[in-house]
Amino acid sequence: MSQSAKEDKRFKIAHREALIGCGLAVFNIIWWYGFAYGFGSKSPDEYTFILGFPAWFFYSCIVGFIVMVILVWGVVKFALVEVSFGDEEDESDEVKSA
Amino acid sequence: MNWAVIIPLLIFVAIVFVIGIWSNRKMASSSSFLSDYFIGSREFGGLILAMTMVATYGSASSFLGGPGAAYSIGLGWVLLAMTQVATGYFVLLILGKKFAIVTRHYKAVTLIDFLGKRYKSTSVVMISAISIIIFLFSAMVAQWVGGAYLIQSLTGLSYVSALFIFSISVLIYVTIGGFRAVALTDTIQGIVMFFGTLILLIAVVVAGGGLNNIFADLMAENPNLVTPYGQDGQLTNLYVSSFWILVGVGVVALPQVAVRAMSYKNSKSMHRALMIGTIVVGFIMLNMHLIGVLARPVLPGIEVADQVIPMVALEVLPPVLAGIILAAPLAAMMSTVDSLLLLVSSSVVKDIYINYIKPDANRNMVKKLSMGVTGIIGVIAFLLSINPPELLIFLNLFAFGGLEAAFIWPLVLGLYWKYANKYGAIASMVAGISSYIGIHFYNQAYGDLLGVDTVTIPVFVSLIVFVLFSLLFKQQPYYFPLKEQTVNHNS
Repeated sequence: MSQSAKEDKRFKIAHREALIGCGLAVFNIIWWYGFAYGFGSKSPDEYTFILGFPAWFFYSCIVGFIVMVILVWGVVKFALVEVSFGDEEDESDEVKSA
Repeated sequence: MNWAVIIPLLIFVAIVFVIGIWSNRKMASSSSFLSDYFIGSREFGGLILAMTMVATYGSASSFLGGPGAAYSIGLGWVLLAMTQVATGYFVLLILGKKFAIVTRHYKAVTLIDFLGKRYKSTSVVMISAISIIIFLFSAMVAQWVGGAYLIQSLTGLSYVSALFIFSISVLIYVTIGGFRAVALTDTIQGIVMFFGTLILLIAVVVAGGGLNNIFADLMAENPNLVTPYGQDGQLTNLYVSSFWILVGVGVVALPQVAVRAMSYKNSKSMHRALMIGTIVVGFIMLNMHLIGVLARPVLPGIEVADQVIPMVALEVLPPVLAGIILAAPLAAMMSTVDSLLLLVSSSVVKDIYINYIKPDANRNMVKKLSMGVTGIIGVIAFLLSINPPELLIFLNLFAFGGLEAAFIWPLVLGLYWKYANKYGAIASMVAGISSYIGIHFYNQAYGDLLGVDTVTIPVFVSLIVFVLFSLLFKQQPYYFPLKEQTVNHNS
């Protein structure tokens, strides 16, 4: 069979998933930064509190974390593809030090 | 001595030893000592994989230094710590499947194996091995010191005896068990940390009379503590954001993390690890650092920041529970030390000795050597820790940053850019490390250059240098070899 076609296909999947990883990180940074400094840069006397936490912290760190977990779940569930990692047969042909 | 606290700790350590011995037996039946000792024969499932990443990464800096910093700096430090949520998914998605496929094909068991085969260059291997030995060694000493402090504050023993106990247990454990043992105990430790931080957080909130009360107290003491800017307003948004590079995305290049991206069994375990890793890392980081901030009104006036967590646990929890929970930071440190120790010794044994000195070493010889080198490095770390450097967290971060500056582009571009070549890799490692060291000392003397964390500029410098040199000495585009094309020295 054409080994190179198979490699290419697996790498294509891998490249796509790496890009998804970058996308997630960019989204994460924007969310984290936007809420923290959007709500947090006023004087502490004017802070609103949600469930006991200052709003900037609540949205940026707590909600932000939950949102990321949901996104990662979505990516794992719907976007990632299962591929085989080995060179087909002989999966266990690790380094032999004999 | 507080036996109610110490007994749960001892039980924990005993369990860890049992796992080490079990692993050692299992290894005896494995066909390849090197692959089993250093990466556990690539057979880890999702839970173990996620936990071993979390436990390795969540080291003394997150369990003692981090909460300690949050205690004095306030919520701004928790914000900074939350940049680490990215490590849960980023590493596995970026290195992800391509790294797994390629390293299997190369039969690589260390990051350096991968670099050596990708760039076919002795200089790349030597520079990487030396930087791993130097930088990881200093990270390890920081953890060693942290472990001893923790035992000291729990048992009341002297620092040196505490250090001695810590060293002996780590050494026996790693030398007999190898990576499989480390990964398995990481899993137990990860679970202890997960629940431990939750219980401790709840206990602190209760002891402080609820969140509203605690935040009112913090506001009354110093309103800056509840802002993103630190107790003196010293954390600028640029500075905090630059931690995305150091502890967020840059973690991809840490050898102790990258090696775990070679050890998963199949796609399914990788996918599961993504999920579990993100949840666990975010949960632990959030809780642990929040505990630091919330503990301030509960237990004011703690002077040694690293002792915040042990002191708070002893204050707000019944002793037995405190013992179980303090097993978590001890566990974190042990597992970090374990895997760093393994990596340093794998660099010496695998990357230098077998590659260049004696390629035909037999199994028994390699085995003795691996264990022997691991032991010797441990003893050196012990001796250096007797007179410990001051601030744990910064020593630790120094090592992280140096490694990231050295490895991020040779690893990531080597994997994804076909024109990446050895000239680019060598130049980028040299530029990364030297600019990192230079800027580190500049920042110490004159304050942060451009207001960002030390690692930021070297990461950009090494990227530019990498691309420039690769194109300057342009070679044929590189395609990862397919099956059976490489001549392997050890087959």
